[in-house]
Formats: sequence, structure tokens, C-alpha cells
Amino acid sequence: MGCIIMTYLDNFIRGNWNAEIDVRNFIQLNYTPYTGDASFLQGPTEATKKLWQKITTLMEEERKKGGVLDVDTHTISTICSHAPGYIDQDLEKIVGLQTDQPLKRAIMPFGGLRMVQKGCEAAGKELDPLVAEIFTKYRKTHNQGVYDVYTPEMLKAKKAGIITGLPDAYGRGRIIGDYRRVALYGVDRLIEEKQAELTHLEYDYIDYETTRDREEIREQILALKELKEMARLYGFDISGPAQDARQAIQWLYFAYLGAVKEQNGAAMSIGRISTFLDIYLENDLRQGRISEQEAQELIDHLVIKLRIVRFLRTPEYDKLFSGDPTWVTESIGGMGLDGRTLVTKTSFRMLNTLFNLGPAPEPNLTVLWSVHLPQGFKEFCAKVSIATSSIQYESDDIMRYHWGDDYGIACCVSAMRLGKQMQFFGARCNLAKALLYALNGGRDEISGIQVAPMFAAVDTEYLDYEDVWKRFDMLLDWLARLYINSLNLIHYMHDKYAYERLQMALHDREVFRTMACGIAGLSVVTDSLSAIKYAKVKPIRDSRNIIIDFEVEGDYPRFGNNDERVDSIATEIVKLFMNKLRKQRTYRHSTPTLSILTITSNVVYGQATGNTPDGRKKGEPLAPGANPMHGRDVNGALAVLKSIAKLPYEYAQDGISYTFSIIPKALGREEQTRITNLTALLDGYFREGGHHINVNVFEKEMLLDAMEHPEKYPQLTIRVSGYAVNFIRLTREQQLDVINRTIHGQI
Amino acid sequence: MTLTGRIHSFESFGTLDGPGIRFIVFMQGCPLRCLYCHNRDTWDPKGGIEFTVDQVFQKVESYRNFFAYSGGGLTVSGGEPTLQAEFVTELFKRCHASGIHTALDTSGFVEIDRVKELLNFTDLILLDIKHPEENKHLEITGVGTYKIKKFMHYTTQIGIPLWIRYVLIPGYTDNEETLKETAFLLCNMANVKKIEVLPYHSLGKYKWERLGENYKLSHVREPSAEDVRKASRILHDCLSLLTNKT
Repeated sequence: MGCIIMTYLDNFIRGNWNAEIDVRNFIQLNYTPYTGDASFLQGPTEATKKLWQKITTLMEEERKKGGVLDVDTHTISTICSHAPGYIDQDLEKIVGLQTDQPLKRAIMPFGGLRMVQKGCEAAGKELDPLVAEIFTKYRKTHNQGVYDVYTPEMLKAKKAGIITGLPDAYGRGRIIGDYRRVALYGVDRLIEEKQAELTHLEYDYIDYETTRDREEIREQILALKELKEMARLYGFDISGPAQDARQAIQWLYFAYLGAVKEQNGAAMSIGRISTFLDIYLENDLRQGRISEQEAQELIDHLVIKLRIVRFLRTPEYDKLFSGDPTWVTESIGGMGLDGRTLVTKTSFRMLNTLFNLGPAPEPNLTVLWSVHLPQGFKEFCAKVSIATSSIQYESDDIMRYHWGDDYGIACCVSAMRLGKQMQFFGARCNLAKALLYALNGGRDEISGIQVAPMFAAVDTEYLDYEDVWKRFDMLLDWLARLYINSLNLIHYMHDKYAYERLQMALHDREVFRTMACGIAGLSVVTDSLSAIKYAKVKPIRDSRNIIIDFEVEGDYPRFGNNDERVDSIATEIVKLFMNKLRKQRTYRHSTPTLSILTITSNVVYGQATGNTPDGRKKGEPLAPGANPMHGRDVNGALAVLKSIAKLPYEYAQDGISYTFSIIPKALGREEQTRITNLTALLDGYFREGGHHINVNVFEKEMLLDAMEHPEKYPQLTIRVSGYAVNFIRLTREQQLDVINRTIHGQI
Repeated sequence: MTLTGRIHSFESFGTLDGPGIRFIVFMQGCPLRCLYCHNRDTWDPKGGIEFTVDQVFQKVESYRNFFAYSGGGLTVSGGEPTLQAEFVTELFKRCHASGIHTALDTSGFVEIDRVKELLNFTDLILLDIKHPEENKHLEITGVGTYKIKKFMHYTTQIGIPLWIRYVLIPGYTDNEETLKETAFLLCNMANVKKIEVLPYHSLGKYKWERLGENYKLSHVREPSAEDVRKASRILHDCLSLLTNKT
């Protein structure tokens, strides 16, 4: 007597996920760990090749047009705003575009009107005057809200470049909707849950918080209803659970698509979907519904979609972050709390898209590395890294301890429990500049303006370490307070005027919120303080009595050489600043965290920073993320890794980013040796406590050639701090920065 | 008095000098004067910086995770490390006590008695063969082959695994006869585990120029990958022929 399969979901082991919204439980009960090698993988189908060819042609056109192919300047983007769009409907297994045409950008003015206007202008278009009128006369934007309440001090700090990149003009991003919920439960069930949540918010006294929460949940329900409507326009009914693998991918993608139609968030990550989708794919493979080639095709087609997510940005934004970043981060692999690996065949399939479609910065493929990962997977990762430079690695062994085994990475290095946690993105402040303010009594070393509160500047002939540290400490008190206050009002306004209705609908009601602060210029400050401590540093003043340069007598240890004398300074700085952030009162009682991450903004921040005591010249880029300054690490790659690994994750829980570049030969003579050595390097680094590493494997000559002949390298992808970019889309300064940055090779 | 060694530099991520990931200590001082030396700045035995065994071992030891995952260890190179045999011996002893693999990258130009103790703590020798013939060797390196051949013989006697490196220099070491003679030199050495033919490169040229020295191989081109493959084939074919006979 066989049992009768009633619905598709009866294929799967039942558990708490049937009673409650609990995706993790569904995964844990039903996934199949895979410990083999990559030999099962299939190449692209004809349909995939044709689709990708079409996209490649469009992208080339986009690049020739200066970065933007087309803009719909009339339609305000919402979940249902645009008619369905296709690349080639007959070939696409997974459908859905942000607008009616691939790569055509939508306008999203809720975050800020100016961003949209400038973005249109840069693309040679004009924003529909009606839209401008609506968002000037009738509807306030997030950007307007923030500028209404910024204090003069905040504006000064922003202008001086000590606090930078704040999300005050567009979507803040770094929120990951648990898009898997739509596939597993269907939208109706999610709406029911949200409606039940509302009944939990009926108190005797309805205060401000409760009112806000009730309104937010109401908005979430509306967004879910719109999502159903959006799918209906494409001919799908997503009110119920997905009934096969293709539907699961389609449902999940629709949920993500709804999010990127509603929000132009700075980073719109997709979460941790590979192993979830693997459950459906393996089921359908087992039942003979699909072949391996078809399974790969579905993943390839999903990834094609993720590669063409576009937002309308301004040229200044692109300059800061290099081209068109969307940070569609997908977290792959990791280990479960029960000790089984979370690597599945679809973890391989996801990475295989880099071979089937060629290297690309998006989706931002992030391997959650554990020393316990299966060897076959480790080696495949290393192989893909060496061939494409398109993977970043983060320590699952550290993050699993903090965040469990169902977290995802938002943006580059920010871990969050999926559907249970979000962050208030806070960009970063420039610590190199903060040090100079500490020496100059709060005056800006370039403009001379009093930005921080006035206090006595250093007036001695040589800099004294204890004295400088005290001043720095005091300056950071001011900076931490101003920084968090700025973020408090920014995120208040974002919740008010540009709330992420759909993304938050794919969260539990009670979410853990972090206030994600960041720092730039850690290695510059560290080396500067080391110079002051171990050598003699003489400040040079100009006629305004501002210290504008330094003379260093003697030698001193530099960060990145596994030298405790200076590495400990870096750790002290991180702890000092984090502890100051922890003292602040934050919006929605969010928990302050810190990242050491710059992506490519280190170039622009460096331009705004004067000479520093470590010998860095005014205008020179800061090192990216937690990297040592280039050329100062003289003991090889592992010494750098050791220095970086010492930085305490406990005090930088929003992530510590390191970008590692190496020429292929320096990994070993033969292909297999290179794979083994890279695998061992990653194992060793994460064993030491490292949190994140980008791995670039390329020849310097190739990059130099790509600068001169971009047309020859359309897909050349390199990883910068926390993120991959298309090399030929970088500005010239950024290209040079990447090339000058330590490329480890030995003679 | 504490034993110190004069050291040119360290490399924490060596992948070409021994198995796995290697921490490489470049010792200062060399008795050879190779025309193509890419570490010209290591010749002067008075140069470098002094370190105690303890200081160096602490550095080495801090990378043991990387050694464990890659099957790597410490490689002492130079310069000529056997010039400071006593120091290297102590360092290798410390490594062995901690289970760290040791490799010695040497020209073999050394009196056996000076390195007997050192070799007791050496797991692998990386030996450069500059040229099999006496006169040519003298021309390229400034020293003869007698000591080196004795050293090679001794390593076979005591059975230390040996990786041979042969630098392919167009016009100096790339003709077939030379390669065959090299094979002949190696055919009776059961301890040779690997033979690598490395293309000559001029990347060390700037170091000569910085020292105000004349770099004599400026006219020599770098061999192509195909040249290297060809030379390697001749060497290996000849070697297998010879070993089958004996």
C-alpha cells in the first residue's frame, strides 16, 4: 500500500515549517548535503547561450552609451508599475524584469528626487515634469525629510568628508527579504500571518511605537497583494506554494523582483537561496521531472536575471562605488549547527554559472567558508576563483557562532539572520581625517574650517604618542555621537518616507536591528600612530597654523607584517571606536555594529584627506577595507592575512574586509598545486580568525592592457573590498588604485 | 652568547620552493657569483639584519596552520644558507621538535663536514644545478663543481629527498648535450624526487643596477614555455633511459 501524494509539498518531510513560517526548519529536514566533486555539472544549454548573447550585446550598448541604456522617465516604479518585460520570452525559463525592457532603468523617487533628476540628466534624459511636481509639491521624499532635520554640524561634517556616503538621498538597502518564503508558502499564507500579527498589536494603550508597527504591517500586507498582482501580469498565480523546482525559482525571483522594483537600496542582496532551491531541484531530479542540464539551466536563467538588475544612479555615486553596483549577494555553503555541511549540488550549480555565463560581478557570489566544508567543494571554489576572480569568502565558522546557520550576507560583509534581522546601513566615517582633526584642534586640514568643536591643537615640536592618543580618543567621542545622531535621523526618515514594504513583509514581526557603522582608513591611522610611537614625527605647520605635513625620522613597524607591535594598535583603534558607538542612543533601539569596509570609496575618501603621519600624501587613496597600505607589507601574503585576522570580529560585527590579489604563478607552478595552495590559504586564514577575503587572481599586465583596450575585456571581473566590479567600468583613478594595490607575486 | 643569523628577508607565502605553503627565510651571504643571480643583494655576508633563532622560529611557528592545511613548512634559502649552517641547524631542530617540515634550498657548494648535523634535521633539499661541466660552471657561477658533486653524492648516501632545479639559460644551459650530461649526473641518485626546469628570467636585473653593477646577461632572452617543455622532455627522457639501463 503506497501512500497517495496529495500535493507537491507532501514530497517533503513535515515539521515546524508546516505550522509556522520557518524556512530553516524546512531546509534542515529536507536538504541533501553533497560531499562529492564538480564532475556532475553541465554546461549551458543553447537557450542559455542565446539569452546570454542577447544580454551581452545589450550590455555592450549600455557601456557605449556611457553606462545607461535607457530610462523610463515617466513611470514611478512600484511593484506593479511596469508592464511585463522579457529578454526573449520563448527562451526564458525564469521571467520578470524591473521595467518592460531589459536594462531599461526605472525611476524611484521615494528615496530622493534629486538622485532621480541627476540620474536622468546624466543619461541625457529629462525627468517627466509631472513626477518632479508630485515629489516637490505633494509628496515628501526621504531625502527631503533628512535635509529638513540635519543639524548644521552634520552638514559641515558631511561636506568636509569625515562622515561620508550616508544613505540620505536614495534607498538605504542592506535589508534582505526572505524571498524563499514566497516559494515555500505562497503569498496568501504570508498575508494571513501578517494579519495575525496585527491582532497581536491591539493593546489597551496604543502608543507611538504600536501605531507605527501597525501601519508598517498594514503596508506589508498591501505590498504582498501587489506582489501577487505583479506575478499575475506575467501569467502566474503565486498565491499558493510553488509546485515544482521551476516554480520555486520563479516564485522566489518574483519576490526579489518586487523588492528591486520598489526599492533602489544601496545593496539588494538575495540571501541564501542555493541550498533551499536544491531541495526542489533534487526532488524533481529524483522523480525524473527534470535532467541535470535542465536544473543547471534554471539556475543559469535565474542568474542572468540577477545580473541585469539596474538602478538609476548619479555619476557621483558611480564614482564612489564603481559603475553599477547592486550587491545582489548570494551566500553559498557553510555548515549546519548539527555539523552537516550546507553545501549541496546547487551550491556547485550556482558557482558554475561563472563558467556557463562567464565571470561577472553580480550576483555577488559569497562562499561561507568553514574548515569543515567538503574538500570537493573547497577545491571547486578555488578553481573558480583562479579562473574568474568572482568569489568572495567569509568565515562561516565565526558567523555561525554569532548568527546561527541560516544567515545571509547583505552587501559585502554584513551578516544577518534571514527574515529575523535587518540593519540600518550607516556607510562609514573617515578615521584618517579624524586623526588629523585630533592634531589640529578640530579644524579641517584642507579647508581650515572648524568642523569638530574647538580645542587646543598640538603645539609641540614632535608628536607624543600618549598625547596624540588622548586627543584622538576625545575626537572620536565627538565623531561617534555625531555619526550615530546623523544615522538616527536618516533612518527615521527612511522608515517614514521610503519604507521597504515588501522586504519587511518577508520578515518576522519582531526583527533584530543593528545600526551598522563603518570606518575607512584603518591602516593609515594605524601606521601613523605607529610612526608616532616608534619613530620621531615632526609636524609641519602652514601659515594658518594648521599641521599640513609630517617629517618622520627613523623606522617603525607597519600594519600587514604580522608584527604585534603595530597590529595591536589597529585592534585598539577598532575597540576604542566601537566602544564609543556602543555608548550612543540609537533609533529603534538598534544595536550599534561596525564594519571595516570601503568597497572602492577609499579612493574618494583619500582625495579628501590631507597628508598623514605615515607618509601617505594628500589625495592618495586610503587602503581599501582593512587592507594594509600598498607596498608596506614586506613579508608576503600570509603575514598580511595574520595581521588582518587579528582584528576582532567581536568589535566589528558588521564585517572586516580584506582584498587579496595574486598573480597565478605565485600560487604554485601547476594548476592542481594552485588549487591546493589557495584552499590551504583559505583554511589557514579562517582558522586564524579571519572574517572576509576577496580573492583576485590575475596578471598585472592584463589589467594594464584592459585599461588601454577595454573592448577586449568585456567581462573582466575583479574583487575590490567586499565586492566584485567589472574592471573596465572603474574610473581611471580606481583602475590605478587596483593595480598599485599589493599584487602578491614572488620573483 | 646567543646564536644569531644574518637574514636578508622573509616571505610568508612561498609556493614554489618545496611542497605546500612555505615560510621562506632568505639568508644573507653567498660564495657563488652566478651571472643571472636574482638575489644579487644577498651576496655580501656582512649585509642583512641579525636575528636570533628564537625570533625566526616564532615567525615560522605562527604560520603552522597554513603548513598543516597545505603540507608545507619552512624553507631556508638565500644567499647560501649553508654559510650559516650552525644557525640553520638550530632553527631546523626547533622546527623538528614542533613537527614542522624543513627544506634547504642550496647550491650544494659546501664542505660536507660543515653540514652533516644540519642535514640530520633537513627533510628536503632543493638543489640548483647551474651546469654539469666544470668550466662552464666556473664561468656561470665563479666556482667549480667538485664540492657540489661531493655534496650530491653524500645526500644520496644518507637518502635525503632531493628536488633538482635546473635553470634554463639560452646560450648557456639549453643545448641538448648539456641537458644529457645533467641527466647523467643525476641517473644514479635514488633520492632525486623531482626535477624542475625553470626558465631564466631577468627580474633580478634591477637589483644589480641598484648596486651599480653590470648585469652581464642583458643580451639573453627569456626562454619560452615551449623551450622549457622541450628541455624538460630531453632531461627526463634521457634520465629514464639511463636509469632503465642501470
